[in-house]
Amino acid sequence: MNSKNRRWRSTSILQVLTPIFVLLLTVANAPGAIAQVDTFEFESPQQQQRFRKLSNEFRCPMCQNTNLTGSTGGVAEDLRREIHRMITEGQSDSEIEQFMFERYGDFIFYRPRLRAETVLLWFGPLAFLLIGGFVALGISRRAQRAGEENTELDDKQQARLKELLGSKL
Amino acid sequence: MSKLKYYIPVISFFALALLLWRGLYLDPKELPSMLIDKPMPSFALTTVAGSEVGNEDLPDQIFLLNVWGSYCLPCLIEHPTLMRLSEEGEIPVVGVNYRDRQHLAVEWLEDNGNPFTFSILDEDGRFGIDLGVYGAPETYLVDADGVIRFRHVSVLDESVWEEEFVPAIAALRGVSLSDE
Repeated sequence: MNSKNRRWRSTSILQVLTPIFVLLLTVANAPGAIAQVDTFEFESPQQQQRFRKLSNEFRCPMCQNTNLTGSTGGVAEDLRREIHRMITEGQSDSEIEQFMFERYGDFIFYRPRLRAETVLLWFGPLAFLLIGGFVALGISRRAQRAGEENTELDDKQQARLKELLGSKL
Repeated sequence: MSKLKYYIPVISFFALALLLWRGLYLDPKELPSMLIDKPMPSFALTTVAGSEVGNEDLPDQIFLLNVWGSYCLPCLIEHPTLMRLSEEGEIPVVGVNYRDRQHLAVEWLEDNGNPFTFSILDEDGRFGIDLGVYGAPETYLVDADGVIRFRHVSVLDESVWEEEFVPAIAALRGVSLSDE
């Protein structure tokens, strides 16, 4: 009874794990393959390209860590439809970005706009790199200066050293 | 004075730790609304009941705008609170039936009760986009001039009502809670 039970459990774990493993492999190998399929029609390949670029760069407000292209969320579906509408109506990329910003804020951009609120985000890492660079430079300069200083012992120090070492030997 | 620089790493450590500590308690799922202190987006739609509705039909007093759907399970959790608020006449509640189907919305209201003055029918989610909605339930506090003052994402239960909406409404009315 017990062994039968265990056998059943091990098969069921395998049955659960295999599809997950296969799914992980598929996702890892084909990042483009998780795009949602919409049947939008465009007037030109350029428009279609713009649509792809924009829905790749906007973040889905509901699912947080996916872009609009990869999200199955309802709001992502609606926003893809809006992008399509605006592109076919002849609106520019910056007009579409403004539309999104007015409704969902900086959160919607994977590439945030350069504004007073986002300056730290854009240049913070550079500032930290510079601070780190200056500190490293300072340390190495000081080490160099210390290396140039006279490190030889005078006679008195030499005698003391001998005394100390002698007592140990 | 020269000793001060040895404290810089310690000070920066505590500054960073404080920042990250605060970050632990922020909910990344809660997006700030872009519409705070902005007027309600204009709309000309129909209600779930089928009549035409626009901005001029909104209550000319402070009201709640509640985004709901028949598919939305958390909406059932907050439903008793919305029912109480509207039945006791505490505040009018206007609904936005978001990404739903009209017949399902009508059924849901018949089954569970209707706390809404009216519900704006937004089947394709277009009005929701103008509001910056990203999922039901969401509740907006709108003042008498039709300006959005506050948004709460997810369930509005009695404790959220007491802790977030009551003070926000009191602030809008210009009275402090201790006067009441």
